Amino acid sequence: MSEMTLEAPVAGVKDHSPEATIALLKERYPEHISDDARDGYEGIIVHPDKIVEISRDLQSELGYNYLASLTGVDLIDDNKLEIVYHTASIKHGGNPLVLKVQVDRDNPVLPSVTPIWPGAEYQEREAFDMYGFQFEGHPDLRRILTWDGFHGYPLRKDWREPFYEEDNKPFGSRWPGGEVFRAEERNLYGKNVQYPAGWMPEGDEIEAETDSYAGITYSRDQSPDIKTEKVTINMGPQHPSTHGVFRMAITLDGETIMGLKPVMGYLHRNHEKIGERNTFIGNIPYTDRLDYISSMSNNHGYVLAVEKLMDATVPERAEWIRILMVELTRIANHLWAIGFLLNDLGALQTPMLYYYIERELILDFFEAASGSRMMCNYMRFGGVAYDLPDDVRGQPVMKFLHDLIYERLPKALNQGDQLITGNEIVRARGMGVGYLSPEDAIAYSAAGPVLRASGVPYDLRKANPYSYYEHLDFDVAVRYNGDIYDRFLIRVDEMQQSLRILQQVLPHLEETEGGAINDGKPQYAIRMPKAGEAYGRVENPKGELGYYVTAKRRDANPARYHVRSPSFINLTALEKMCIGHKVADVVAILGSIDIVLGEVDR
Amino acid sequence: MYGLGILKGMAVTMKHFVTSYLDDIFWASRGGRYYNDDALAVRQSLEGKGVITVFYPEEKLPVPERFRFVPFLVTDDPPPGQKWGHEWCTSCGICAKVCPPQCIWIERGKQPNGRPKPEPEKFFIDIDICMNCGMCAEFCPFDAIKMDHDYELASYNRTSAHIHDKERLSKPLSYWREIAPKKAAAEAAARDFAEESKKRKKAKKGEDDGREERLAEVMARQLAYKGAQY
Ligand code: SF4
Ligand code: SF4
Repeated sequence: MSEMTLEAPVAGVKDHSPEATIALLKERYPEHISDDARDGYEGIIVHPDKIVEISRDLQSELGYNYLASLTGVDLIDDNKLEIVYHTASIKHGGNPLVLKVQVDRDNPVLPSVTPIWPGAEYQEREAFDMYGFQFEGHPDLRRILTWDGFHGYPLRKDWREPFYEEDNKPFGSRWPGGEVFRAEERNLYGKNVQYPAGWMPEGDEIEAETDSYAGITYSRDQSPDIKTEKVTINMGPQHPSTHGVFRMAITLDGETIMGLKPVMGYLHRNHEKIGERNTFIGNIPYTDRLDYISSMSNNHGYVLAVEKLMDATVPERAEWIRILMVELTRIANHLWAIGFLLNDLGALQTPMLYYYIERELILDFFEAASGSRMMCNYMRFGGVAYDLPDDVRGQPVMKFLHDLIYERLPKALNQGDQLITGNEIVRARGMGVGYLSPEDAIAYSAAGPVLRASGVPYDLRKANPYSYYEHLDFDVAVRYNGDIYDRFLIRVDEMQQSLRILQQVLPHLEETEGGAINDGKPQYAIRMPKAGEAYGRVENPKGELGYYVTAKRRDANPARYHVRSPSFINLTALEKMCIGHKVADVVAILGSIDIVLGEVDR
Repeated sequence: MYGLGILKGMAVTMKHFVTSYLDDIFWASRGGRYYNDDALAVRQSLEGKGVITVFYPEEKLPVPERFRFVPFLVTDDPPPGQKWGHEWCTSCGICAKVCPPQCIWIERGKQPNGRPKPEPEKFFIDIDICMNCGMCAEFCPFDAIKMDHDYELASYNRTSAHIHDKERLSKPLSYWREIAPKKAAAEAAARDFAEESKKRKKAKKGEDDGREERLAEVMARQLAYKGAQY
C-alpha cells in the first residue's frame, strides 16, 4: 500500500468534517446517495452498487482511511437489512462518518468492502453469521462466532433462542404471580431449539469443520534443499497460551508459519441479542463481562452511547470520578497484559506476580467504591452509581489514591523497567517479531496499543475527545517498530501517561467533594425520550471500544445494540503478524495483542 | 555488556526474596506473619511488604461495606423465640423488573378480598442466574433487599440447592447493621428524614405552598441515593 493511506492528499479539500465529505461525495454520486432521514439518524444511505467505489474514495483520497466499525441491523418492519459503516480519519480525527447500505431482507446481497479495508474481513463474517448477509467478493465468507453447522441467523429480530420467553425484559412471569422455574428443565432436547426440518445428527457434520482450513494456502518448495512437510495443526482451544478458549489453525512448513486462521466463538453467548432483550439499564452489568479485565471502561462506552440518545448531562464530579476509574483500569489492564506477555515469553509467573501486587491495590479500590473487584457495574446514565468510598483498606480514600498514584504505581513501573526492559531474552524474542506496518495497522482496523506501536498516533481521547479529556494534559504514546517489544514498551508509556492524567484528576476530586454524582434521580425504567442512533466510542485499554445503540421513541429496550470490540477486530491482523515466524512466536504475538475472549466472542 | 539486563532483573527478584524474609523476621516477635489479624491487616494494604498471599480459607480479607454478593431480604429484628420479624418487602416488584438476568420471582400477597397486600407471598432468587450486580438493592424503595457479604455458597447439588426461597433469603435488620454499619445508618437517617417531611407535608395540607417540603423530599431522596457517605 502506498503513502496515500497515511496522508489525505486530495488537492483543494480543506474541510475534513463528515458533513463536508458527505457533500463532496454527493456531488460525485448524486444518484446513489441519499441522506439518512430517519428521526435521530445521521450519515448517508448508499446504493449497494456504489459502496465499493465510495469506500475506495473515502479510503484513498478523502482521508477516511480507517474503518472503525461495520455491523448489521435488522429493519424487520421495512423488510430490509442494513449494514452500518463507521469510518474515521486517522489524520484529522473527529466524529466518524457514517454510511449505510440497505438490502432486501430475503435476498441480502451486497459487495464486500474487505478488498478495500481488510479490517472488514471478520466483521463481515460476523454480519453474515448473525444476519445472513451475502458479501460478494469476500475472500472467506464463513460463520465465525457460531459453529459451522448452525442453523438460522441469531440476531435477526424473528430468531428465537433456546430458553426464549418474551421479546423484551422485564418478563411478565416474574411478578406479580412469580412461580419459579429453572429454564433448562423446560428445554428438554429439541423442544425449544430450532433444527432444520428433518435434521438428525449423523456424524457427517464433520465436513463443515474442515472449512476452517480451506482458506489456508500452502506454498510448496520454499526450501528445496531440506525436505520438509507441511502440516496443519491446531493450537487451542485448550491451550495455556491462548488466554482462554481460542483456537488457531496453523499451517507449518517445518517450524515456520505459512498460514493461520483463528477459530473463535467458544464463549459466544449472543451478548448483542441479550442486550436487545434487556432494558437500557440492565445492559450495564452485562458490559462488565465483555472485557472483564476492564469493566469500568466498558461501562463508560455504553453509558456514553445511551447518554447521547437521552441527551443526559453528567455533573462535574461524576466526570472526574469516571476518568479516575477508567485510567486506573487502563493501568490495571496493562499490568495484566504485560504480565501475561512475559508469561508467554517464558518468564513464568514471577514478573506477572510482581505487577499484580499493584493491580490488587487498584482492584481493592474498585471493590470499595463499587462493591466488586472486576464486575464493577459502576456507571449510570448521567453519572456514577456511588460516590467515592470513605476509606480503602484502612486508609482514607484520598490518601490511598494519593499514595497509589504518586508512590506505589510509579515505583512498580520503575521496578518493571529494571526487571524487563533491558532483558536480553525479551529483546531477542520481541524485537522484529510480529511486525505490523503502519499502513497495515490502519488497513486492518487495528486499534489501541497495537495501532500505536506501529507508529500511528491515534488515540480517541485526543482524536475524538469525550468526557473531560480535552481539559487534561497528556501525550499520545507512540512507538514505531510495530513489533512485540514495542507493543510491550507502549503499554508502559501509556501507563505513564495515565499516571499523568490521574495526577491532574486528584485535585479536581478534592475540589468537587460533596458535589452531585448523578444528574437527577436515577431511574430504573428508562423510556427513550426520542428515537435515534448513537455510537459511543471510548479508548478502552485494548483499543477503540464502540457501542452502536439505536432506539425507538418511548421504548424501554434498545432496538439494536452492537459492540465494536477491539479484541475481536485486532485479531484480524494476527495472520499478517505471524506469517514467516516460528510456532513459539505465535504465542508471544498473540500475547502482545492482548485479547480477552469474553470480548472477542461476545 | 551482554547479559547485564538479565542481571539487573535478577537483582529485583533477589530484593523481593530478601524482603520477604525480613518481613517474616519483623513479624516473628509480633505474633507471627500468618494467622494473625494484625499482620493480615497490613499484608495487602499500602504498607504491605514481602509476600502478600492470604491463606484462604484459614485467613480471609475483610470485605468493604459495599461488597455485593447474592441479595437477602431484610426483616425486622425478630421477637423473642422467632427467627425473623416482619418482612420489609412490600412486593412492589421493582427489583424483579430491574433485575438484568431476571432471576427474581415474586408472588404478590393477597388480602382475603382479593386486593393486593403489601407483603410477598413467595419470593425466589435463582442464585445460579444472579449476577451479583446489586441493581435490586439499589432501586428497592423500601430498603428491603440488600446485598449480602457471605460469598461461600458452594454446594453439592446445583439443581436443588440454588433457588433460594423467602425463608432462605430473609435475614434480620441487625445482620445488615452488622455487615454494613455506616450504610445502614445512612439509610436509616434518610428514611427518618423522608418520613419527617412527609408528616410535615400532611400537616400543612390545604396550604398552597409546599415548596419547602418538596425540596426536603428531593434532598432526602438524593441522600438515600448516595447513601450519604459511607
Ligand atoms: S423492590 Fe424491594 S419492596 Fe419491592 S418487591 Fe423488591 S424487595 Fe420487595
Ligand atoms: S443482584 Fe442483580 S442479578 Fe442478582 S437478584 Fe439482584 S438485580 Fe438480580
